[in-house]
Amino acid sequence: MKIVRITAVARKEFLHVFRDYRSLMMAIAIPIMMLVLFGYALTLDVDNVPLAVWDQSGTAQSRDFIARFDGSRFFSVRGTVVNQREMDYTIDSGRALGVLVVPRDFAQKLAAGRAAEAQLIIDGSDSNTATIALNYAEAVVQGYSQNLVFQAIRRNGLPEPRQPLNVKPRVWFNEELESKNFIVPGLIAVLMMVIAALLTSLTIAREWEQGTMEQLIATPVKGPELILGKLIPYFAIGLFDVLLAVLMAEFVFHVPLRGSVLFLFSIAVIFLIGALSMGLVISINLKNQLLAAQFAMVATFLPSFLLSGFMFSIANMPHAIQVITYIVPARYFVTTLKGIYMKGVGPSVLFAEVVFLMIYSAIMFTIANVRFKKKLS
Amino acid sequence: MMNTATNAVVVENLEKRFGGFVAVNRVSFEVAKGEIFGFLGPNGAGKSTTIRMLCGILAPTAGRGVVAGYDIYTQSEKIKANIGYMSQKFSLYQDLTVEENINFYSGIYCIPAELKEERKNWVLEMAGLREHRRRPTALLSGGWKQRLALGCAILHQPPIVFLDEPTSGVDPISRRAFWDLIYDLSGRGVTVFVTTHYMDEAEYCDRLGLIYRGELVALGEPERLKRDLMAEDVLEVLCEHPETAMGEIEQLPGVKEAALFGRGLHVVATDGEAAAGEIGELLARSGRRIERIEKIVPSLEDVFVSLIEARDRAEQPQAEVKR
Ligand SMILES: Nc1ncnc2c1ncn2[C@@H]1O[C@H](COP(=O)(O)OP(=O)(O)O)[C@@H](O)[C@H]1O
Ligand SMILES: [Mg+2]
Repeated sequence: MKIVRITAVARKEFLHVFRDYRSLMMAIAIPIMMLVLFGYALTLDVDNVPLAVWDQSGTAQSRDFIARFDGSRFFSVRGTVVNQREMDYTIDSGRALGVLVVPRDFAQKLAAGRAAEAQLIIDGSDSNTATIALNYAEAVVQGYSQNLVFQAIRRNGLPEPRQPLNVKPRVWFNEELESKNFIVPGLIAVLMMVIAALLTSLTIAREWEQGTMEQLIATPVKGPELILGKLIPYFAIGLFDVLLAVLMAEFVFHVPLRGSVLFLFSIAVIFLIGALSMGLVISINLKNQLLAAQFAMVATFLPSFLLSGFMFSIANMPHAIQVITYIVPARYFVTTLKGIYMKGVGPSVLFAEVVFLMIYSAIMFTIANVRFKKKLS
Repeated sequence: MMNTATNAVVVENLEKRFGGFVAVNRVSFEVAKGEIFGFLGPNGAGKSTTIRMLCGILAPTAGRGVVAGYDIYTQSEKIKANIGYMSQKFSLYQDLTVEENINFYSGIYCIPAELKEERKNWVLEMAGLREHRRRPTALLSGGWKQRLALGCAILHQPPIVFLDEPTSGVDPISRRAFWDLIYDLSGRGVTVFVTTHYMDEAEYCDRLGLIYRGELVALGEPERLKRDLMAEDVLEVLCEHPETAMGEIEQLPGVKEAALFGRGLHVVATDGEAAAGEIGELLARSGRRIERIEKIVPSLEDVFVSLIEARDRAEQPQAEVKR
């Protein structure tokens, strides 16, 4: 193993990347774009659900009730409807996600001390959002009726009842329950997996396609020298991408980073070696740039998105699928990054993940070296 | 008996099959140290396949081979350190400049730091690229590219170089310039193994191997091949309207073949003297003016065409039986 050869290969590879604006784009612009795109698109918080109201009661009470919805951060009242046709239209056209209907006898029933009813019609085509909106509505209504009860008691001069049980849930690690706080760290992990494999998937195939490999394998360069030399520039680019992602998480998404930055980058180093080597393995085996890039996309994108615990909790998956997730490297990177970001934990807690990532990287790097042959086939 | 002390390349019954197809069929030859050995053959004959096996980048199916004293099966990495190889397709990095390509191969061949500049300048000088050192390689003309590729392949001053059709597709002036470089290398004692399908280039070689459909059909110095290998005689016929005379001459009993050559005809005949008389009569009868009918030393092309045709004739009945 000669350092001179490794640096010669690394320098040449750097020149290729910097001369070719497409590879630069792929290396820098695409990760930023994907992070912004997915960062916003995948944020699951449902805020300010647009509502229309059909106030058949038209009383002070009904207006107060509606104001409760409008005043909460969950809903915002966008308009009113006055008949069935308008109501249907509002929902069909997507102007509002739901219509709050306050019946004619709302105020009378309240005054009579009877249970008043109101109706919330929600567009269920996005069941996720619909469920969340319904839960919000329940909370708003509960708050409203509790208030009414207290008012009535006070009016009647009775002593205020003490609540028998006061449950105050406290959420750890993500107190505001903001989805971006766990989406963004997972997203960084998933994107790095895809980008890293994609970056190196082209490099060896390109040399076979262009015929430059035939010249290279007729020299005394050794396989590991070539592979290390080719890894170095993409490793630098990969680390730069991680840095960009961490900076964006901080300044664009305002995701608090609780753990150690040093630990985060150490893990990124281990992970990158594995993911970049995997790209090389693909490139070495397929010897065709288009095929290699497509294969790298499919092999990293789907498992990383679906099976890493990034989008769907692994604990809720069928058992067979859970077993498969153990061989998805992104799983360990996702867990580690989420742990570092949200819980601020370090190597002692994430020990298993770190070990798995090391094994993965060692295996990929070894396969790349073993599979690369200085022979024409 | 393999003599590897005075020979740069020794090959015995070397064979390469791609599936059922035999690309190189048990060829045997030797290349002496310091020699310019030409490997001549039409497209698809098996030249590149042979050269790749010798360079250690393609595993042979059978046979033996020793290059620079190393076995082509077990010591291919040692061979690679002792040869320069220029593949048929231009294979430097087109997006890198001339200088960057040289620097890259300088690193790959581990040229000592103190020699790097000197070698680079030597290559730039040799290829005539001193003024274009910062040009992207993609923008160079064909001749320049070939010379740069040769330069990058000999940065480490190997004792043997393998050049696979180094002059295909470049202009005649550049071809000449390239052959000057080959002579120059040879003058320094470097063994040159060069493939070509140009007949005139074959004449420049010390020794030739003719390969056809994977088989070595002739081997020796160009002069000897021309003298010995042609069973028939070759007549040069200079007359009026050779293009129409050609067909009539071919009909003559003793004549095997007639072909346009330069401004006359080359006629291949079993007995030159007899045929010359008959041709003279035939041309006189048709009223064509005769400038000259003369027995000549056959050109390499004559020799090879006749060898190849003899082989085709011999193989055809076999092929039909197989079917
Ligand atoms: N990798 C390969 N797989 C299958 N056939 C091949 C391969 N390489 C060469 N051939 C075939 O072997 C024959 C000899 O090819 P080659 O050595 O390139 O010829 P030449 O260099 O003399 O033009 C050709 O018919 C070619 O199609
Ligand atoms: Mg060839």
